[in-house]
Amino acid sequence: MSRALQHPSADQIGAIKAFVFFLCMLPAAQLILGWRADSLGANPVETITHATGAWTLRLLLITLAVTPLRRYTGLHWLVRLRRMLGLFAFAYGMAHFGIYLWLDHFFDWQAIANDILKRPYITVGFAALMLMVPLALTSNAAAIKRMGGRRWQALHRSVYAIAVFGVLHYWWLVKADILQPLIYSAVLAVLLGLRAWWRELERRRQLAAPPPVAPSLKGKVIRIVPK
Amino acid sequence: TRLSPLASSPFSTTESQTAYKSVTTYNNFYEFGTDKEDPARNADKMAVRPWTVRVEGLAGKPRTFDIDDLLKLAPLEERIYRLRCVEAWSMVVPWVGFPLSALLKQVDPLGSAKYVEFVTHYDASIMTRRQILNWPYTEGLRLDEAMHPLTILAVGLYGEVLPNQNGAPVRLVVPWKYGFKSAKSIVAIRLHEKQPATAWNQSAPQEYGFYSNVNPEVDHPRWSQASERRIGELRKRPTLMFNGYAEQVASLYQGMDLRKHY
Repeated sequence: MSRALQHPSADQIGAIKAFVFFLCMLPAAQLILGWRADSLGANPVETITHATGAWTLRLLLITLAVTPLRRYTGLHWLVRLRRMLGLFAFAYGMAHFGIYLWLDHFFDWQAIANDILKRPYITVGFAALMLMVPLALTSNAAAIKRMGGRRWQALHRSVYAIAVFGVLHYWWLVKADILQPLIYSAVLAVLLGLRAWWRELERRRQLAAPPPVAPSLKGKVIRIVPK
Repeated sequence: TRLSPLASSPFSTTESQTAYKSVTTYNNFYEFGTDKEDPARNADKMAVRPWTVRVEGLAGKPRTFDIDDLLKLAPLEERIYRLRCVEAWSMVVPWVGFPLSALLKQVDPLGSAKYVEFVTHYDASIMTRRQILNWPYTEGLRLDEAMHPLTILAVGLYGEVLPNQNGAPVRLVVPWKYGFKSAKSIVAIRLHEKQPATAWNQSAPQEYGFYSNVNPEVDHPRWSQASERRIGELRKRPTLMFNGYAEQVASLYQGMDLRKHY
């Protein structure tokens, strides 16, 4: 692989980020323009609700794909796109929820509370979105510094639960044809399965590794000589 | 193709009609795909001539009707009906058709006939092969519901021959029930003594009952049925009992617990 691809310059990273930002804005632009041109079909509210929900899930899965992609391609700079991807997932999730509050329920808080408490698919969808809030709020360098890397990372592992809840939300709302949620579930299963597999590999590696210090060397000064 | 002459009907609503484009591009016809736009894209493959409808089962004079005979069976009427989908959206559709009772009377239902089953067209070479529902799609009514003057067989809409995606060449329309009861592209009508199985009821019995009357007080387990979005409108409107046809049909269900018989 070329050096430029492995190690892009700061300018190139900036350009890649701008391009990914542009790509992430496209679905939103398409919906806004489609709404204005009345080209979103017979039920535009439904079209927007479904599209924003689908993009939330897709962006969540893309965000979760960053680490495996980085690991298998060696393109370590990919991690620098992850925050933006995650924040876009949150933004589409909020738009999805906003449309539901406004154009589905017209801010009838009683009905909304009923929905969230009584209907499992709404309960898990709402839970997923609420779990995304702390992640969005701590998606900045200051928060990492304030919290410390370990605690920050522990908090951000909740993205796994968020993705599971998000896919469940979709699965539980479809009427009879589960093909689409099945596809999202399969992708999520691969992404989560890889992490489980890595943990297992790491466990085996630690078991197989020799003890860090041989008993015969205990207490002696060891000089480390470069090869 | 224009259908004429058309008699008007006292059952027609004067509410404003849903745009032809919406009626013909926003459809649930799962055999042609589960996206709303799929049937309009895919249903052209279905040949609607020649076409016959077998009327059989507990009938004194069972008979197979050719579609062109069916069209002349009774005077065609325009019936402008509200259509309420179980998914909480609704339309106003100017159907063209005739009472189902006119057809059933031709075959002389036996005294033992209590239910009517509708079997629809299924052709794996042009329709989805995935078992989303039990194919062929079947629906059913109680005989008195089937004989009710509001229940029609539709052969057209907006004064023209029914587009394929709307259930050509002949479909059921039962305006006080959720839309899925109104089976499309019917090939057989069977009279039974016992309640027949229906596709959605087999798929999710706790969600789709045999009756499936429009009822704002009985929620779908996963969403409220209290209101609906009329296609073309932004604000939702309250859903009416029996889709606004309570005056005509409430008596059919006297003494029944509609929470139990949903």
